Amino acid sequence: MMRRRARSMRRPSAQPDAPMITDALIAPFTEFEFMRRALAGVIALSLGGAPIGVFLMLRRMSLVGDAMAHAILPGAAIGFLLSGLNLFAMTFGGLIAGFAVAILAGVVARVTELKEDASLAAFYLVSLALGVAIVSIKGTNIDLLHVLFGNVLALDDQTLMVIAFNATVTLILLAVIWRPLVIECVDPLFLRSVSRAGAPAHLAFMALVVINLVNGFHALGTLLAVGLMILPAGIARFWTRDISAMMLVAVLSAVVSGYAGLVLSYLTKIPSGPAIILIAAVIYLVSLLFGTVGGIMRKLFPGRHLEA
Amino acid sequence: MAAQLHFRDVTLGYDRHPAVHHLSGEVAKGSLLAVCGPNGAGKSTLFRGIVGILKPLAGQIGLGEVAARDIAYLPQSADIDRSFPISVFDFVGTGLWRSKGLFGGFGKPEIARVDHALSAVGLTGFENRSIGTLSGGQMQRMLFARLLLQDARVIVLDEPFNAIDARTATDLMDLVLRWHGEGRTVLAALHDLDLVRRHFPQTLLLARQAVAWGATAQTLTAERLLEARRMCEAFDDDAAACAIDAPPQRAA
Repeated sequence: MMRRRARSMRRPSAQPDAPMITDALIAPFTEFEFMRRALAGVIALSLGGAPIGVFLMLRRMSLVGDAMAHAILPGAAIGFLLSGLNLFAMTFGGLIAGFAVAILAGVVARVTELKEDASLAAFYLVSLALGVAIVSIKGTNIDLLHVLFGNVLALDDQTLMVIAFNATVTLILLAVIWRPLVIECVDPLFLRSVSRAGAPAHLAFMALVVINLVNGFHALGTLLAVGLMILPAGIARFWTRDISAMMLVAVLSAVVSGYAGLVLSYLTKIPSGPAIILIAAVIYLVSLLFGTVGGIMRKLFPGRHLEA
Repeated sequence: MAAQLHFRDVTLGYDRHPAVHHLSGEVAKGSLLAVCGPNGAGKSTLFRGIVGILKPLAGQIGLGEVAARDIAYLPQSADIDRSFPISVFDFVGTGLWRSKGLFGGFGKPEIARVDHALSAVGLTGFENRSIGTLSGGQMQRMLFARLLLQDARVIVLDEPFNAIDARTATDLMDLVLRWHGEGRTVLAALHDLDLVRRHFPQTLLLARQAVAWGATAQTLTAERLLEARRMCEAFDDDAAACAIDAPPQRAA
């Protein structure tokens, strides 16, 4: 209702054609504070999450992110059970649950023969069951929807600060563990033979995965939080062979998806979370088809071979 | 000469089954030692023990004043993700890890060192290629460039010339001899006995136990090679716990 009135009031003074487009692209954000907040939140999410997604993909752990997102649920649910839809309780609970699962899975993988994906699958299934059980003890359907899908349009100042803080921590910590992380991806045996940094770097990285999932959880919910991490990483893979450039492309495409998704959800009835992920999916499809590095069109029409 | 590596009754293995059994001996500082033996003789296991990836089931491996992490190690089948987006230059640059660590700057001298290492292995011009585009031989050259940068006192090479053409093998062997000339201790697991006889003064013939250990000419004799070949490869699931405490000493 409010949106309609706001726009119809502006319309008489607007010029035809070009200003109409500006209207759709910029006006929602100049007009409404909740849209500006959402945009800020999405940008912060992209800055932290997209680089993490790139590493998840390069370490063949794309689905691990998904598993971890489920693992967060019981912690957030316990926080919800104790203090309702309280930001800090739910964030804290999610962090604890996520860390517990990540560390347990990592330790089990390092100490036993079980591979990390297998041990993670075991732990996340347990915590998913636990989470659903806890939520159904107290929650209503609306609460459940909030937990599962989040609401980027309802970010308050506190939540926004938490997201920005987490993104900052992510970028700083990522800079610290960058070298061991990269070497462990390419040549784990070498890192093991020259340094003890491998295991701590890996655990720190898993911690970052959890932090960013909790981050995304507020805006996009448990189910879609991984979307802004993995889809941009997949997009980046189709455009460059250099890891630093990959980070940039991933962050950029995440920001663009976030912005365009917000505009899309403003103009249509699509909720913001799915709108953002759908835009990312469209960019992913385009990259898949036309990407310069291993895109389908490149594979089908590679051009004439070179002389040497 | 002083010893670089001590093996004191070392047993290394998996699941309590010994792959290297009661090995004792010393490797002198600056020696160039070939480790020969049939497949399954424990060559790789011994090397994994030396660099500290595998803990001995019994006995001790003494490294002198060198830390395990200061040993440059070339594994037999490097576990490298060749699809990872990293350039040859950056990959070789990781050889400077011990001196640069997490944050060490990568300035002009470091770039020059990497370039120098690349030219030493004949990979000049490959700096910006991603590692996935290299052939098997080029890959091995790249790994040797990283070994060069590691600048280690002890270098352990596990079958470094496998599946590599004669020219590349010759080039890389020259590097090994250069390391030897610089007084570094080099251990290499090899199957090419002619190459060993030509270049390696010392040989350890391994068949789970040390069959022979000493000057190459005395070690690689027909009867000893035959003895090594008779070694039983399979683990015995029902084997009793080993009772021997200290077998006779053998030294190089």
